[in-house]
Amino acid sequence: MEGNLNLTLKIWRQKNAQTAGKFETYQVSGISEDMSFLEMIDVLNNRLIEEGDDPVAFDHDCREGICGMCSMYINGRPHGPNKGVTTCQLHMRSFSDGQTITIEPWRAEAFPVIKDLVVNRSAFDRIIAAGGFISVNTGNAQDANSLPIPKDNADDAFAAAACIGCGACVAACKNASAMLFTSAKISQLALLPQGQAERAKRAEAMVAQMDEEGFGACSNTGACEAECPKGISLENIARMNREYFSSVFTSK
Amino acid sequence: MTKLDAKIPEGSLAEKWTKYRSSVSLVNPANKRNLEVVIVGSGLAGASAAASLAELGYKVKVFCFQDSPRRAHSIAAQGGINAAKNYQNDGDSIFRLFYDTIKGGDYRSREANVHRLAEVSGNIIDQCVAQGVPFAREYGGLLSNRSFGGTQVQRTFYAAGQTGQQLLLGAYSALQRQVGMGNVELFTRHEMQDVVVVDGKARGIIARNLVTGELERHFGHAVLLCTGGYGNVFYLSTNAMGSNVTAAWKAHKKGAFFANPCYTQIHPTCIPVSGDHQSKLTLMSESLRNDGRIWVPKKKDDPRKANEIPEDERDYYLERRYPAFGNLVPRDIASRAAKERCDAGYGVGSSKMAVYLDFAAAIVRYGKAEANKRNIHHASDEEIQLMGKEVVKEKYGNLFDMYKQITGEDPYELPMRIYPAVHYTMGGLWVDYNLMTTVPGLYALGEANFSDHGANRLGASALMQGLADGYFVIPYTIGAYLASEIRTPAMSTDSEAFVNAEKAVKEQIEKLMSIRGTKSVDYFHKKLGLIMWNQCGMARNEEGLKMAIADIQALRKEFWSDVRIPGEANNLNPELEKAGRVADFLELGELMCKDALDRNESCGGHFREEYQTEDGEALRDDENYAYVAAWEFKGESQFELHKEELKFENIKIAQRSYK
Repeated sequence: MEGNLNLTLKIWRQKNAQTAGKFETYQVSGISEDMSFLEMIDVLNNRLIEEGDDPVAFDHDCREGICGMCSMYINGRPHGPNKGVTTCQLHMRSFSDGQTITIEPWRAEAFPVIKDLVVNRSAFDRIIAAGGFISVNTGNAQDANSLPIPKDNADDAFAAAACIGCGACVAACKNASAMLFTSAKISQLALLPQGQAERAKRAEAMVAQMDEEGFGACSNTGACEAECPKGISLENIARMNREYFSSVFTSK
Repeated sequence: MTKLDAKIPEGSLAEKWTKYRSSVSLVNPANKRNLEVVIVGSGLAGASAAASLAELGYKVKVFCFQDSPRRAHSIAAQGGINAAKNYQNDGDSIFRLFYDTIKGGDYRSREANVHRLAEVSGNIIDQCVAQGVPFAREYGGLLSNRSFGGTQVQRTFYAAGQTGQQLLLGAYSALQRQVGMGNVELFTRHEMQDVVVVDGKARGIIARNLVTGELERHFGHAVLLCTGGYGNVFYLSTNAMGSNVTAAWKAHKKGAFFANPCYTQIHPTCIPVSGDHQSKLTLMSESLRNDGRIWVPKKKDDPRKANEIPEDERDYYLERRYPAFGNLVPRDIASRAAKERCDAGYGVGSSKMAVYLDFAAAIVRYGKAEANKRNIHHASDEEIQLMGKEVVKEKYGNLFDMYKQITGEDPYELPMRIYPAVHYTMGGLWVDYNLMTTVPGLYALGEANFSDHGANRLGASALMQGLADGYFVIPYTIGAYLASEIRTPAMSTDSEAFVNAEKAVKEQIEKLMSIRGTKSVDYFHKKLGLIMWNQCGMARNEEGLKMAIADIQALRKEFWSDVRIPGEANNLNPELEKAGRVADFLELGELMCKDALDRNESCGGHFREEYQTEDGEALRDDENYAYVAAWEFKGESQFELHKEELKFENIKIAQRSYK
């Protein structure tokens, strides 16, 4: 007993992709406010193991908000109630004693459930593989400072590149659209001089892959931006649309 | 005992790499298409190696245990990457980076490797910029630099406090490009379980598909382990939860020597432990020491809040003890100094195991500079504070946010509380100049090898080394081996070696699952971590290390008779994954203690209490210990020591002073 929060957890349990899932209810007590949300789940899992039950499977790795692996849908919001944080950086001081917390996996056709709260996000890797790069083989680069880049452009590119690929944008979207994720990479590279050569081709290829993966369309609701733990801006989607249309209309 | 040949090329230090590159055997493009390379790990070293080798035409397979290669823990590196570009005109050069790295490593690294690292450091920055990595820039559009510990020049390139993320995403993009072109086959949620050795050469791996539990056999003409460090042997560290030693340890048990396992880097600026529930520790980047001042109260057990303690009652102990480098002394020195103050009773916070990292002076300094820039005369204190905080936010915003998120305190108003934590392991698989281990065809890159950092790594050098190994070293050195493999056709994985390796893996998994004991994997991991932290952490001594070895042996026995792993082996089972990793940590921990016990000197991150100067600095013994300790596995609890003598021909070996 490290603290004094007592909580009711309603957690989605699903054995695998082939089996139907359902909510199970668990009580946890003595939770400290200084614990992270995942450490609270650790407490539950240790108890389940002691009692001979199967612990809750969930994705996590760095636990410092940067790897993008953690992915819980908490009380109807990806990464929980706080703005600008991932689940691993959400701390229990954001909850109150006696509260009920509902925890689900990301829900999207393109992110099938693997087990409990773990989903398959490899669709994101395939979108990057379709064009989220600059085609430069190792060893061909000129001196880094021979290409000055205005600070504002570099800063904007960095802001887009800060995406951690967690998929919260998809989970937050009623259409399960991956526009924010895809547009962040397209923006980063479109803003930089190095990205110009493949600019048009890139936008078309990445959008095509995004559609092929089964992500929905964008209806400009803005839930993705609101729920993004890294504050990726909706402006990126506007930029992607410009990139895409100018490419489609000018392609040979 | 002289089994070790580092294969250092002839010639003067500055010519070795150039000459080597121009004379190393080449593989023609048609042959490359038939040569397969297995790469385990997708961090900076793994992703950059995979992309570069695939670009050259080799057939590459990449394995990672996470759901995507972009998750590898390189992503969490904050502060920056060093390169001897001398863009600041402050006297930097390849030789100076080489010198700083050797000295920073307390004269326990190999000169030829470190010089090569310094030589290619500039190419890394060029390559990353070409890939679109958005480094921080000045208003003129040129790249910005900052300082890191153990150096007096500004050679660190950065992208806010997310440099590792941006570099990894650059390498990941290059890797995904090759995946898209069909040159790399990617296996995510796969964990390597063993190396397969055929006729003395590494020929592939056994991997477990973590989703289905199936064991898979994969052939490769060569195998590259890019699997990071083993800091998680301490349970609490700044590593990711999944970071592990399994790949390196299995390789060790198949004949790869393990070098300098006791060299552990304890990073001075981490958020202190808050309670027993703690699952990991979070680093506050070393870059903060550019502007933050470290202090404790001059009075023991001072009950006052930080803001209530007047300036002349504060002890800026790093500035006091090391005036030349001040708050920017190397990590090992800063960590020990913090421990010394806390052990002496001057620690702060509820646990008294923390010191302050204070930005108040920096905020005022930046605020005044900003007022001048904006032509505001007679700015009020309030305005200066406001402008100063804006500058600090731009430099370190994400770190300050993270600190606030974790502790609930606002570091713009109160000094941060920090304490050292396990961060990086300089030790690793022994490799020669080609990055090949003692098993032919088996390579180790990045943190997984021991090669460049000696007994202490300087800040912003891990990213440099990971990318140097992957982009600029292995593409050349692997040719030296593969050129002689062009007549070896791809092997069937039905051979006895593959079948037996898979069988052994299967048996271990069945054994783990069948114990059905009473205690969770974490129980054992936490116990091991505590033993390691107390006896093989920031300070070590003979008695403690001997005790630790016995304790670890007993704990290992208990693990194998009382661990409880729920669920089944044929589907996603994170407890089973953890159990396999902890089983290997329980063996590695013993070797670390044995290595620490063998090294009767203090150097870098290895501080033996018996060997210190009068003022508490590390006391090296160059006459007897200027060697790399490379351990050969000889059976449970049995390791044979091989020594690689270190020769310093270009640097005068001296007591390391930052005073």
